[in-house]
Order: sequence, then structure tokens, then C-alpha cells
Amino acid sequence: MQHVPLLHILVVSTALFFIGMYGMFTRRNLITILMSLELMLNSVNINLAAFQRYLYPQQTDGIFLSLFIIIIAAAEAAIAIAIIIHLYRTYHSVDVEDATELKY
Amino acid sequence: MMPLSAIAFYLISAFLLITALLSVTGRNIFRSAIWLLFSLLGVAAIYFWLELNLLAAVQIVVYVGGIVVLIIFSVFLTRGSGQELPTLRRSRHFFALLAVISGFLFTAWSLWLYGYRQTASDAVVADVRTIGKQMLSIEAGGYALPFEMVSILLLASMVACIAIAMKLPDSKTTNTPK
Repeated sequence: MQHVPLLHILVVSTALFFIGMYGMFTRRNLITILMSLELMLNSVNINLAAFQRYLYPQQTDGIFLSLFIIIIAAAEAAIAIAIIIHLYRTYHSVDVEDATELKY
Repeated sequence: MMPLSAIAFYLISAFLLITALLSVTGRNIFRSAIWLLFSLLGVAAIYFWLELNLLAAVQIVVYVGGIVVLIIFSVFLTRGSGQELPTLRRSRHFFALLAVISGFLFTAWSLWLYGYRQTASDAVVADVRTIGKQMLSIEAGGYALPFEMVSILLLASMVACIAIAMKLPDSKTTNTPK
């Protein structure tokens, strides 16, 4: 583990974050937007775990923060999927361009 | 000659980034969900590589076993899984790529400028017993209050899911969209 500098892990996690951001920009389907969001949350978790392991190996705060982020991401994904299914029932589509009731 | 652990890290991150890219660019929504599954497994492999075994186990259980399955279910519930996603205009792809690449370069540049100084990292990682005791401890450094708050949050989100996705009675669903 000592042979890989911290910077490389951070660059990998940055790349993962921006891949998720690309998905958020180019997708129009709500489920795929949710998938991009999961990628971004995972990149943040990699950051926290790497900081914990490299800079503060005696403490456990990085592990706890990542654990709570994973739990809250699970709750958020469940609610988002409930909303998507309700939206599909109302509009018969999960495209973000079709849900325009609040727009005008 | 690179040591074996460094080679393992670069292989894992290449796998992770390639599967993530395939997941956000694929045209078939079911296939991109499967690529997302592999990408999350790659993140779990990075946790294993960092010797954070508990975090890797939680990642596999919650993300790979929970969230991806939920996403695949919602794919099946909402539209045909074999259906192709529509392609976007070319200009939108261009601007998205521009924003993403410039953001990545800026962030990587500022990370490089900061130059993290690595302290001694041969200390032993906290084992599961320590983590569990600290999670339920109410003394300084304990995580009992966030633990309770997260449990209430999970309960609230479960109730909210049922309330949102419940089928309304027919009298209330008359406001169909135009």
C-alpha cells in the first residue's frame, strides 16, 4: 500500500466523480440519472476511506463517515425509486423532459 | 519493477473506471445497470485493497446486493428492458464533455498542487470489534447519536416509500396529464 501515493487514489476518485457527472449531464432517463448519482457518492466514499487510511490510520472516523454515507444513499435510492415508479404511473414515462407540470 | 500491490491497485482502478464509463454511456438501460454493478464491485475491491474489510463488506451487501437489485427492479417495472435509450443532440454531448473534462483537470491540478504529505501508514487498521464498540458508545468519540438518527431516518424513509408508491384510490387519480 505504501507504493501507491495518496494522490493517485484521489485522482481515480475524481475521475469516477466526473464520470458520474457526465452521466448526469447527458442522461434523460431518471433511473440512469440515479445510477450516475450512485457513482458520484461512491467516489466520495473512496476519498474518505483513502484519507482515513493514509493520513489518520489510528482513527476510525473515515470508516464511520463512509458507513453513514452508504446507509443514507440506500435510503435515498429507495425513496428515489418510489418517486420514479409513482411518476411512471402518472405520466407513463420516466423521462425528465416529460414531467413538466411544475414548469409553466 | 512495480510491486504487486501497486499493479493490483492500477488494475482495479482501470476496471472501475472502464465499467463506470460503460455504465454512463451505454444505450441499453439494463446493460448499464449491470455495468454499474461491476463498477460498485470495483469500489469494494478498492476498499479491500485499502484493508478496510468491514467497509468493503458493507459496500457489497448494501450497494451490490441492495441498491443495484432495486434499480434493476425499477427498470423492469417502468419500461421494457430491451428498449434503447434515445440519443441526445450532439451539442449537448459536447458541452457535457467540455464541463466534465475541464472540471476533472482543474480538480486534479489542485490536488497535485496541494501535495498531500503521507504520514506513517503501517499502523494497524481498527478491527470490527473496535468499530462496533465505538459505534454504540456514548462517550467522547462515540457514534451512538448518529446511529440512532440514521435508524430513525431509515424508518422514516421506509414509511415515505410506502406512502409515495401506494396506489391511490380511483377517485383521486382523475387528474391525468395532458
